[in-house]
This record gives sequence, C-alpha cells and structure tokens, in this order.
Amino acid sequence: MNKINLIIQREYLTRVKKKSFLVLSIVGPILFAALMIVPAWLASEDEDSQNVEVVDETRLFIGQLENSDEINFGYEFRSLKDAQEDLFSKEGKYTAVLHIPKVVVTHPKTVQLFYKDKPKGSSIDYMENQIARIMEDKKLQDLYNLSYDQVSGLRPKVGIVANKIDETGNTEAKSDKLAMILGLVLAMIIYFFIFLFGVQVMRGVIEEKTNRIIEVIISSVKPFELMMGKIVGIALVALTQVGIWVALSTGIYAGAVTVYGDDITNNQKSQIEQVESSNPVGSELANAASDGSIFMKIKNNMDTINFPLVIGCFIFFFLGGYLLYGSLFAAVGAAVDNETDTQQFMMPITIPLILAIVIAQVVMDNPDGQLAFWGSLFPLTSPILMMVRIPFGVDTWEVALSMGLLIISFIGTTAMAGKIYRIGILMYGKKPSFKEIGKWIVTKT
Amino acid sequence: MSSILKAENIVKQYAAHRALDDVSIDVPKGCIYGLLGPNGAGKTSLIRIINQITRPDEGQVFFDGAPLAPEHISQIGYLPEERGLYKKMEVGEQAMYLAQLKGMSKREAKQKLSMWFKRFDISPWWNKKVEELSKGMAQKVQFIVTVLHEPKLLILDEPFSGFDPINTNIVKNEIYRLKEEGTSIILSTHNMGSVEEICDQIALINNSKKILDGTVKQVKQDFKEGIYNIEFKGNMISFTNALGAACELLNSENLDGRISAKVKLAPNISTNDLLKAIVGQVEVFGLQEVIPSMNDIFIKKVGENSIKKEANDE
Repeated sequence: MNKINLIIQREYLTRVKKKSFLVLSIVGPILFAALMIVPAWLASEDEDSQNVEVVDETRLFIGQLENSDEINFGYEFRSLKDAQEDLFSKEGKYTAVLHIPKVVVTHPKTVQLFYKDKPKGSSIDYMENQIARIMEDKKLQDLYNLSYDQVSGLRPKVGIVANKIDETGNTEAKSDKLAMILGLVLAMIIYFFIFLFGVQVMRGVIEEKTNRIIEVIISSVKPFELMMGKIVGIALVALTQVGIWVALSTGIYAGAVTVYGDDITNNQKSQIEQVESSNPVGSELANAASDGSIFMKIKNNMDTINFPLVIGCFIFFFLGGYLLYGSLFAAVGAAVDNETDTQQFMMPITIPLILAIVIAQVVMDNPDGQLAFWGSLFPLTSPILMMVRIPFGVDTWEVALSMGLLIISFIGTTAMAGKIYRIGILMYGKKPSFKEIGKWIVTKT
Repeated sequence: MSSILKAENIVKQYAAHRALDDVSIDVPKGCIYGLLGPNGAGKTSLIRIINQITRPDEGQVFFDGAPLAPEHISQIGYLPEERGLYKKMEVGEQAMYLAQLKGMSKREAKQKLSMWFKRFDISPWWNKKVEELSKGMAQKVQFIVTVLHEPKLLILDEPFSGFDPINTNIVKNEIYRLKEEGTSIILSTHNMGSVEEICDQIALINNSKKILDGTVKQVKQDFKEGIYNIEFKGNMISFTNALGAACELLNSENLDGRISAKVKLAPNISTNDLLKAIVGQVEVFGLQEVIPSMNDIFIKKVGENSIKKEANDE
C-alpha cells in the first residue's frame, strides 16, 4: 500500500508541477464561464432589433402589422424611393424598408424587404406570417362578411407552461433551457476530461516503456500496483484541475454578479420585462428577472436546479467514466511501443465516447426517452449521457442502477486491462494483434 | 557453502515457445555467478522469475533457504538489460523515488544516496534532469539505484554496456567491493572477457536448457584438449619429423626467427615425452599448456548444441 502511495505521489506531482497544468488551470475557467454565460445571454437578450418602415401601396396593412421583440413597424406614407433614401439620412430612424406592392393580393410573392443589416431568418419568417395573417383575415372578412374583431377572435393565443411533477404532487415549472445547457456542458467536460486524462495515462505507460524504466520498477512493485497508481495519480490531477476550475469559475461568476447585478437601470428592467412577457413559458421567471440584470436572471435560473445533486453526480460519473476508460487507455499504452501505433487500439475505445456525445443531442431533446434510458445505463456511454439527463431530474433508482453498473464494469475492465498491461509492458518490437491481446488476457503470469 | 539462491527444475512456457526447460541453478553465497548464453536462450526469463516479475510454470526457487516470497524483493537488486530512467525527472528526486519503492525510508535513502553520489563523483548532478545526462552518466545513476538498498543478491544484466573503459573499471571495482562486503552477484553477459575476469562460477544456458555449469576454473580444465604451445628455434621440417605420429601439429607461425607452434598431444603422451622427442632437433624456448578461453568454450558448446538441436528438429 505504501508503494502505491509513492507511485500516486510521483504521478501526481510530476504532472501538477508542469507548466501546461498551470496554463490549463487558468484558461479553463475563462472558457467555462464563457460557456455558461454566453448561451444564457444569447438566449435572453437580443440587441439587433430592426425598425422597419412599411411602404404599403394597398393600404391594407397599415396599423395591422404587430411589433415583435425583434421588429418594430412604422408607417410614413411616402414613396418607396423616399423611404429607401431615408434609410441613410442622419435623422432616419429606420433600418429596413418593407415594400408591399398593389399586386400583392393576386401575387403574394411580390413583397420586398430592403435592409442595411441583414435581419435574422426568423424575422423574415415573422413578417411573412404577419402579412399572410392579415391577408387571410381580410379574405375571411370579405367572404363571410365578418367584423375585424370576429376574425381575430378566431385565433386564440395559446401558451404551454411545462411543469415537473413528483410523487407528492409538488409541481415545479422548470427552465429547460438552463438544464439543457448545464447538462450538455457537464457532459462535454466529462467527455473532454476522459480523453485528456485517459490519453495521459496511455502516454505515461508508453513513456515508461520507451524509457525502459518499466522493468526497474516492476522488480520493486507489482505491475497492477503501478497501473493503478498511475490511474489514481492522474485522477487526482484531474480532480485538482476541476477543483481549481470550479473555484475560479465561481469567483468569476460571483464577481460578475456583484459588478453587474447591482447595476440596474430602468431601461434594462423594462427591456427584460418585455422579453419575458412575450415568452409565456418563462413568465414565472419574469418577476424574479425584472428586479435584476441579465446576470441576476442567470442566477435565478440556476436556483431552480439542484446543484448539490448535479455536482455530486458530476464528480461520480466523471471519476467512474475516467477510471473505466483510464484502465482501457493503460492497456492500449502497454500493448504498443510508441504513440503512432496506438491508432488501431484507440478506435474501439473512442467510438463509444464519440457515440455518446452524438446521442447527447438526442437525449437533450428527449431526456426520458428510450435512447436516453438505455444510453445512460450502458457503462461506456453512461458517464456522458446520464450527466446530460441529471439536470432535468432522473429517478433515483435509475441513477443508482447506472452507478452500480459503472462500478461493476470499472472493476471488470481494470482486471482485464491489468492482465494486458502486465504482459504488454515487457513486450517490445512487433505490434500485437487483437488476437494476441486476447491471449494475454487468459494467460497466467 | 550455503546458497543464496537455488532454482530447481524451472519450466516456463510462453504460448508456443518454451523459454525455460527444466533449468536448475545454485548460486553460492558471496560468489559472482555468471549466467551465460546467446540471445534468446532464456536468461532474461530466468532472471524475471528470480525477480518475481513472472512466475515459473513448474519448479521452485529458494532465496536464502526459504521459498521465494514477496518480502525478498527488498533483498534483491536488479539492473535489467533494458534499463532506463524517467527522462523528465531530476536525478536526485528519481533516485529517491526508486529507493523508496525498494522499501527504504526517506532519510536512509537520502543519506546513502549522498554517499554513493560522492563515491561516483556525481554529486553536482542531483538537480539535473535525466535527459541532460550522457548515456554513461545515466548508467552510473542506474547502478547506484540498483545497489543502494544493500541487497543480499545483486542481479546485473549486461552491466557494462554503455560504459567507456574508465567507467567500466569503476563499476568493476564496485562489483568486487560489493562481493567483499558479502553480496552475492548474478552477472548475465555476453562479454566473455569479463566473465573470465570476474566470475567464480558460471551456468551456460542455450535453447532454454542449461548445458553447462561449474566453477570457471573447473570448466576450463574440463575443456582442455591437450594442446600445447611450443616456442623454438630451428628447422620446421625436423621439428615436424620429431613429433612423429603421436602428436598433431595444428599450426605454426614465425615470430622474429623463433617459431611458435600449437601441438595436440595424443592422450598417452606426456609433455616430457614430447620434450624428449624434440630437444635434439630444435632449440626449445618455452612450452605452455593452452587453456581454452571462456569465449572458445562458449562458442564450442553453443555451436554443438545448436547443431544437435537442428538435427533433432529434423
């Protein structure tokens, strides 16, 4: 046991002392904070709204086009040419001109938009829908001789508020967007770290082989002790890295909240209210959000997530996934003499990892589906896929089963990898085939 | 003399290849034991079994009278043929690490290391990274790490490779010194010159089998073929005539007027008989028995064995 400690210590210290570790420790949280803040910020704030001047030759649309949070319509009753020129005059308040020609009634595709800055695709869709709606209303009015109010009454506005309900009947309106982002970010970190640190295990093993120190060491300790010492030592490096990241990220986040959180202007407040009121799903957040800036809003969103659970699961699945893959990477390192030979053996290991990240997109949309269920139980994909699901809330038995399977398969793969390792580290020269490696697993020393 | 290490009827099978076939060796205490054999003969397999890196399929190993067990690891020092150090680690730090893996305490390791570093005159390297050292320098560090924990048994696999003659001599002297202090040493090498010089006993392994063992002196005696070197002045033809049918002239060469000839005597002829026969014919300056070198014995035995094996295989 004492010897394993020595190995863990060496593996840990030599890596933590490296410059690359320090660099990654500092750059990591900046990226991490950016990953957390930017999507949330983009999702709730929209700066490039367009002021559209409507040049309506039919006079059917005046006052009928509804403003959205991205588009404000205005009417100046002038020619198209004047309106276009006005786009570039100093006192002009418009950013685009919407030209609706007389023939629109018979040829609906003749509407034109002239812009300075390209509007979003969704803005154009919105304008098309608005024009179509008005034309439809007009036709309905004419056909059935209905009043304007009667026609607009035909179209009620429907909004769905999604609620999570548990056995005790408690309901909670969840912000799915944040759960999605959080789950995906954490899953990406697990994916990234399994690769980063798994490859470090592999490199460490190859280094010991190419430096020919391996035989010196295994005349003092058992190969399995050396392998486990290396895997655990690097796991501690990873945990240290995550620890530094979490501490620094929290610092950046807390800093951002204090700096921007108090800096509320009425302008910002009303802007947020406007955004929230047009978004029925998020309406229950509107009250909380209205007394804070964008950062307060993120903070309030975060409060809806069970962070101790998420962080606890993150650490478990991160470690479990790393240990599972780490032993496989160690076996690959032992089987070859140099890194260029690793490709062939890396394939079977990387495929489930990459597959998990691909499936993660599907799981994010449907966190309780079949694919999500089985994917988050299968040990080679569960560290990533379960992490995507956890912020949405997963049944305890499912999490427990997934954890149990992960532990069992970790023990299994470690035993198997240990057998490959024990023989592989003393083999030099020819790259072994999968068949030979299979033989190593069954032979005794 | 009791033995420090005794391996009995060791068999080791790797898939289709039998690495060791019923090999027994007995290394007496305080002796330098040469483990000889061509590449791939099975030496490293045997050494790995002694180091408990692998286990034998059959047979038993005794260390100092007791069956080999994990606690013996700290009493064995092993310098593998394939050896190296962590390149990115500092020399001192690394030596400390390896010493502690052998079970030494931090304090003890530090104290012994500084003594050895002084002895090898390498104290200034303590904080250097291994990659900054030359091959010979790294070998010195490696040697120190092997012997630092004062093992009862030292296993050196090609210890002189990578050393220049000066450093070879330093290491040789260290081996002698360790022997005097009571360490038993197994030396595996191809360098027959150093075997002859250093080893007390040898075992020769070829094709997974032990084909020869004994003290160096005895082995050499056993391989004598009754060949003598005669140095004389005179007529070569009369010398040949004097030898007669009982002695066979193997070769001769002319050295500044003197002739040096190798003669093989028939079993019933003594050196005195030979002298009597030639004294009247030529002027004799010297007569010396030719003792085979370990190199000759090695080549002869291994050659014979390989021919035999080929014949068997067919």
